[in-house]
Amino acid sequence: MMKIRLRYFAALREALGPGEEIEVPPASTLGQLRDQLLARGGQYAEVLARGRAVRCALNLAMSEESVLVSEGAEVAFFPPVTGG
Amino acid sequence: MTKPRVSIQTADFDLAAEVRALHASDPGVGAVTSFIGTVRDRNDGADVSQMELEHYPGMTESAIEAMIDQALHRFDIRAARVVHRVGLLRPGEQIVLVAVASAHRGMAFQACEFLIDYLKTQAPFWKKETTAAGARWVDARVADDAALARWGITQANS
Repeated sequence: MMKIRLRYFAALREALGPGEEIEVPPASTLGQLRDQLLARGGQYAEVLARGRAVRCALNLAMSEESVLVSEGAEVAFFPPVTGG
Repeated sequence: MTKPRVSIQTADFDLAAEVRALHASDPGVGAVTSFIGTVRDRNDGADVSQMELEHYPGMTESAIEAMIDQALHRFDIRAARVVHRVGLLRPGEQIVLVAVASAHRGMAFQACEFLIDYLKTQAPFWKKETTAAGARWVDARVADDAALARWGITQANS
């Protein structure tokens, strides 16, 4: 298993907290990580639901869900951004 | 000393001071353009009393640095500066500054618009506004994705 640091922002942070450390199977993608969190049910299932606009970042860069996560990575999930 | 290109801060900023600093040491600059975004008192049909801006420290700075690198690569410009405020803001207050210096005006206008279009859909900031009905997260706009697509960048946000 690989250790990953998770962070949430905006509405996701309000629902899930600022973040957590979790373990994921080797060769997981960001999308599989989202599915793993979704499977917890409750608030996770609600705010990370497929069909809801959720963006993700891997090691401080916007990333697609097809990208592989690596050991020690920082992964963030958040709503579409609204700065400027 | 190298001047910072990106600042994320709670404090307000001074346009004149920022513009002076942008071209003070470069006599080759012949044009400076700037964009300032401010807090509107109405949004989506409701009066807004205040706005709170959240961001992703670390990622915000590196994302905007990368956007400035792209602007320097795409356009014939000499310098660019972005200041973005976070925290609690009231209607009329300044939120964001984009300033660009170049030899001639065309490139400065284009790069300034490119940077604000890019920032609005790809930099990790989130706005939460307070109205009479309570606080609500501001929705991303499809029009902002379209604005970025004009520059050939098709990363969707909304």
